[in-house]
Amino acid sequence: MAQGQMAPGIVAGRLSSDELTSNFTDLHPPLAPHEAAVAADRCYFCYDAPCVTACPTDIDIPLFIRQIQAGQPESAAKTILDQNILGGMCARVCPTETLCEEACVRETAEGKPVEIGRLQRYATDTLMQAGVHPFTRAAPTGKTVAVIGAGPAGLACAHRLAMLGHDVVIFEAKPKPGGLNEYGIAAYKATNDFAQAEVDWLLKIGGITIRTGEALGQTVTLDSLRNDYDAVFLSIGLTGVNALRAQGEDLPGVRDAVDFIAEVRQAEDLAQVPVGRNVVVIGGGMTAVDAAVKCKLLGAENVTIAYRRGRAAMSASRYEQDLAASKGVCILCNVQPVAIHGNGAAAEIELEYTATIDGKLTGTGETIRLAADQVLKAIGQTLNGAPEGLALDGNKIAVDATGRTSVPGVWAGGDCAAGGEDLTVTAVAEGRDAAMDIHASLSA
Amino acid sequence: MADLKTNFLGIESPNPYWLASAPPTDKEYNVRRAFEAGWGGVVWKTLGSEGPPVVNVNGPRYGAIYGADRRLLGLNNIELITDRPLEVNLEEMARVKADYPDRALIASIMVPCEEEAWKAILPRVAETGADGIELNFGCPHGMSERGMGSAVGQVPEYIEMVTRWCKKYYDRPVIVKLTPNITDIRKPAAAAKNGGADAVSLINTINSITSVNLDTFSPEPSIDGKGSHGGYCGPAVKPIALSMVSEIARAEATHGLPISGIGGVTTWRDAAEFMVLGCGTVQVCTAAMTYGFKIIDELTAGLSQWMDEKGYSNVSEIVGRAVPNVTDWQYLNLNYVAKAKIDQDQCIKCGRCYAACEDTSHQAISMSPDRVFEVKDEECVACNLCVDVCPVEGCISMVPMAAGEVDPRTGKVVQPDYANWTTHPNNPMAKAAE
Repeated sequence: MAQGQMAPGIVAGRLSSDELTSNFTDLHPPLAPHEAAVAADRCYFCYDAPCVTACPTDIDIPLFIRQIQAGQPESAAKTILDQNILGGMCARVCPTETLCEEACVRETAEGKPVEIGRLQRYATDTLMQAGVHPFTRAAPTGKTVAVIGAGPAGLACAHRLAMLGHDVVIFEAKPKPGGLNEYGIAAYKATNDFAQAEVDWLLKIGGITIRTGEALGQTVTLDSLRNDYDAVFLSIGLTGVNALRAQGEDLPGVRDAVDFIAEVRQAEDLAQVPVGRNVVVIGGGMTAVDAAVKCKLLGAENVTIAYRRGRAAMSASRYEQDLAASKGVCILCNVQPVAIHGNGAAAEIELEYTATIDGKLTGTGETIRLAADQVLKAIGQTLNGAPEGLALDGNKIAVDATGRTSVPGVWAGGDCAAGGEDLTVTAVAEGRDAAMDIHASLSA
Repeated sequence: MADLKTNFLGIESPNPYWLASAPPTDKEYNVRRAFEAGWGGVVWKTLGSEGPPVVNVNGPRYGAIYGADRRLLGLNNIELITDRPLEVNLEEMARVKADYPDRALIASIMVPCEEEAWKAILPRVAETGADGIELNFGCPHGMSERGMGSAVGQVPEYIEMVTRWCKKYYDRPVIVKLTPNITDIRKPAAAAKNGGADAVSLINTINSITSVNLDTFSPEPSIDGKGSHGGYCGPAVKPIALSMVSEIARAEATHGLPISGIGGVTTWRDAAEFMVLGCGTVQVCTAAMTYGFKIIDELTAGLSQWMDEKGYSNVSEIVGRAVPNVTDWQYLNLNYVAKAKIDQDQCIKCGRCYAACEDTSHQAISMSPDRVFEVKDEECVACNLCVDVCPVEGCISMVPMAAGEVDPRTGKVVQPDYANWTTHPNNPMAKAAE
């Protein structure tokens, strides 16, 4: 029997399993062949197309859509995967509304872009469902590269290296590969265990070994890897979490949003995932939106995103904000947490209104209290456990345009490396480009 | 409100829209639905001689060509003339005409090229009260293999001969339907006129294979693994039809011969174009077969509104208005100079004009790093390709240069007077200006 939205505290099973199944279904159902044909027909095959420029992986979008028009989604998929081996996941999770689809000339013309993301999914799903892996390996080079982290950057790098004839060993700290594709990312964007299916499909190239449970600095060190391998690619992500620095942060009921998201993603049974009745999520990015929406879908009665700046400054796109609002999440802007109150567990959060004075965000002194038996912190992740000796750029590993770090033979990419947005698609591009540079370096 | 009442060869109809002889007019049921929907007339599906009727294939009869969003642009068919007994058709025609005396009802006929065959059928058609006949000298498939249809239409002497028989044995208007599967449409039209035809109608369908099945290697539509060429029609054939109509309208031998225009009429605008090129009525088939009879509401309302806007009160005022403007290339004004102009406010920056011009034309459009596309007047020959490929109607226009301006491409001053190829210095056959 479902507990219902009104049950106090952080409890599991607020909704029936039927409701949960329905809530966590695909956010955007895949296009049927007829829908894909109609959607593809809208593409104008632009010259030097703006959508390609907007894509971090430079997928030849007009070409792949033309291939769908011409009745060959498998060829379209090859075009996509040539540039972005995780094109299937990117089709699901890319914020297309701020990338290719924002740049689409039909957005300019009619306020309705070509549905590039969904067409990409149509193409890649068609190929992957046929079990086809359209790439083969070049002749063995005898070189072996170590990749640290089996997230999007590491997988993209490994696949490209394997294709070029190198052997690759991926060291992954978590029990499963996939990185944020597996442990982050909203569940309703990657249904049916797609992240693992995609990894399995990617590994069909051959020549890639994944060793899970291997964490850098614990079971392996950079020095040993540099000795044992011809090159090293670091894609260790951002595993640290910023602190709230508010009184009561250590009360039970307060936790990091990324952990909560990972718990939901890994849950065998969503009815077993506890969620608060009144949830407040601190932050303004995609993680905040994903966490907030998940809470709502799990049956929380009230979910509020509390963000310290104005709505326009939120790093979650307008589309994501609207998605949250449509699921019943309340977005409260210009408030910052002061304290979390509660007797032995979180019960209320005290927020102070903010204003920007002389370019500086400042508390106004006026406060508001919201009921909060669960507080999720989504205020950014930080580099954690980077090996000694690597030059940093800000809080991330410094890299050049091709991903080379300050240490010879060591490249880095993905969220842990400086530059680019922290997106799956950006990570793929960085992994791929680093692989090309590693290859050039090993072939020299 | 403009009056769409039409008088064509003395045959009156409430509007100039007739359904062409084709599946939509094959039987009483369809024709009654068409008249209830508001169609001005029908040309009944082609009748054959007395006796066992023709048979059709029992598989697909139609093939299609599509534009974006599967919009049907061209249709072909391998259907033959009516496969119902002559007697049944004649009875139905008589009943329908009696019930709809204000609508035009024309009998399409195709019988062997023998005087006796025509002599036999014409009195029976006359008894139905049909307003006239249309001689089907056009169908390019099936019947042509038996010496009828386009097999007759491709031989002007036969056209003239059969038309003469018809005028001899039938006292109402005779319309000759022409095949486009010839080299010079003026010849069969003149033959029809010489034979005494009251009008011609065109075009019938064009020889065509719409596609080939790449699994079975059979042309489509495929009948048990084989295909035969069919007759092509629909929006895709309109340009061919307009040109042929205009040739007949302006040729000395046939000028003034009434024409019923056929070929891809889909909207009121298509109809108006046929009419201003000399057609007293238009015949529609593919549009009705694609969308149903209800399109007549748009066809009539649209033509009426356009006539009101232009100040015409009767369709007779528009027929042939564009004919004087159809000329030979050699008489086009070579002193007319235009330049493409891109409206930056309307431009959506797709770059198709740039790709078309840069790759396939005159390299007359520049592209800036921030995707601003501008015409280079010094290169632009005003070919219009950019206008044609631009997805936004009205975004690119061809702006004529005023006399006295200097064309940056040629460095020459635009002349105010008219001058054509016949007097051009580069023409070895040029005549000295008088």
